[in-house]
Amino acid sequence: MLAKRIIPCLDVKDGRVVKGIQYRNFKDAGDPVEQAAEYDRQGADELVFLDITASLDNRDTMLDVVNRTAEQVFIPLTVGGGIRTIDDIRNTLKAGADKISIMTSGILTPDLINEGAERFGSQCIVVAVDAMRVPRPERDDSNLGLAPDEEIEWRVWTHGGTRETEVDALQWAIEAQQRGAGELLVTSMNADGTKAGYDIELLRRISESVGVPVIASGGAGTIGHMYEALADGKCDAVLAASIFHFKETTVGQVKQELAVRGITVRR
Amino acid sequence: MIALIDYGMGNLGSVDKALQRVGCQVRITNDAEVIQQADGVVLPGVGAFDDCMEHLQSCALVAPIKDAIEQGKPFLGICLGLQVLFESSEEGSKLPGLGVLKGRVVRFRHNLKIPQIGWNQISIQRHAPHLGGIADGSWVYFVHSYYVEPEDEGIIATTTEYGCQFVSSVWRDNLFACQFHPEKSQDVGIKILENFGKLSGEL
Repeated sequence: MLAKRIIPCLDVKDGRVVKGIQYRNFKDAGDPVEQAAEYDRQGADELVFLDITASLDNRDTMLDVVNRTAEQVFIPLTVGGGIRTIDDIRNTLKAGADKISIMTSGILTPDLINEGAERFGSQCIVVAVDAMRVPRPERDDSNLGLAPDEEIEWRVWTHGGTRETEVDALQWAIEAQQRGAGELLVTSMNADGTKAGYDIELLRRISESVGVPVIASGGAGTIGHMYEALADGKCDAVLAASIFHFKETTVGQVKQELAVRGITVRR
Repeated sequence: MIALIDYGMGNLGSVDKALQRVGCQVRITNDAEVIQQADGVVLPGVGAFDDCMEHLQSCALVAPIKDAIEQGKPFLGICLGLQVLFESSEEGSKLPGLGVLKGRVVRFRHNLKIPQIGWNQISIQRHAPHLGGIADGSWVYFVHSYYVEPEDEGIIATTTEYGCQFVSSVWRDNLFACQFHPEKSQDVGIKILENFGKLSGEL
């Protein structure tokens, strides 16, 4: 049976791992290659590097990190952040990434998803959806017996969570799959960095609407939160950063507890 | 020397790095002569069946690959490099496969998510030397929407469960080919590559 995946995420800025709260207030969290190797030893199923370096000049620093990691870690490696063109995708794959995560560019130039999937295969195109929960605008039918969860919706944000768009996250997830995304990485911006739990409603709605795997992101504070994302959010994988970086728990401990609760994990 | 066949598709970097990690000398190549001289041959692959066959044909690699297998050279096919060994695929409407193995490639027919992406277990049916030191039920990494249906069930090395029992690797004489990605399957995958390196006399 296919195992649910546990994926540590490393936000990398100028070649160093950092961790911020709701995309701000970054703290240094170590060397990416060392950390990748440590997570591999702990039994991580995959790794994600998100390059949050602001300037384009430092792209090569990131490619070097990817290259050195891929030489010693033999699990799938996803790299995202600042991927704008087919050449960016090609260079990142060449450096040793297995998958590319596309976020802002997916919204600005959605054809990049189609073209990337055609050239390199859907299996290496992950579309990241950064979603912000908003109250649904007042409408005439708002009191006509809608379930409480239908009174909210989610908007896509871009540029590392700094710019709001009018795009509906659920619609965008479906479109991204149609365009060729092989997986969706869904981050709740409200929850990210809070350690208060994933946005289960967001995850469940997206997971039930698409036929490709969904990776839950944003808000993991406990192993129980991960369980909820997999069991109730119907996700295929969970991604977490701070819970692992600051050594509150290990991947091994997460897997052990999830297994006790009946989730299939690789051990 | 191991010839890692480059037919202009997909990402050879991770296979190359993993083979080097176990100590193999690797040449990334589309040159028939290099394949001819190699001690072992690896055919990796991602992408679509027809594209792969088109590229193999335009690089004039069909004959060299078939020759290497017929000559008894240790041969490792990975993912699409397994599928194109068969006669045809539901994915490919135009082109036949290499036809080295009898049978076809079919798409998953169930309501589970497609592609299958992630770690799943192998159930060992026959103890190929490539699987030496690997326990039954080991976890390996898959990314695929199609799987092979060999006509001769005697070549099945491992099966895996994903909505159905499908063939996750085959073994016949010098040829071993797997649906999963050993280069991404951590210690288990590295062990398979190491076994392949040994069979090729590289290690």
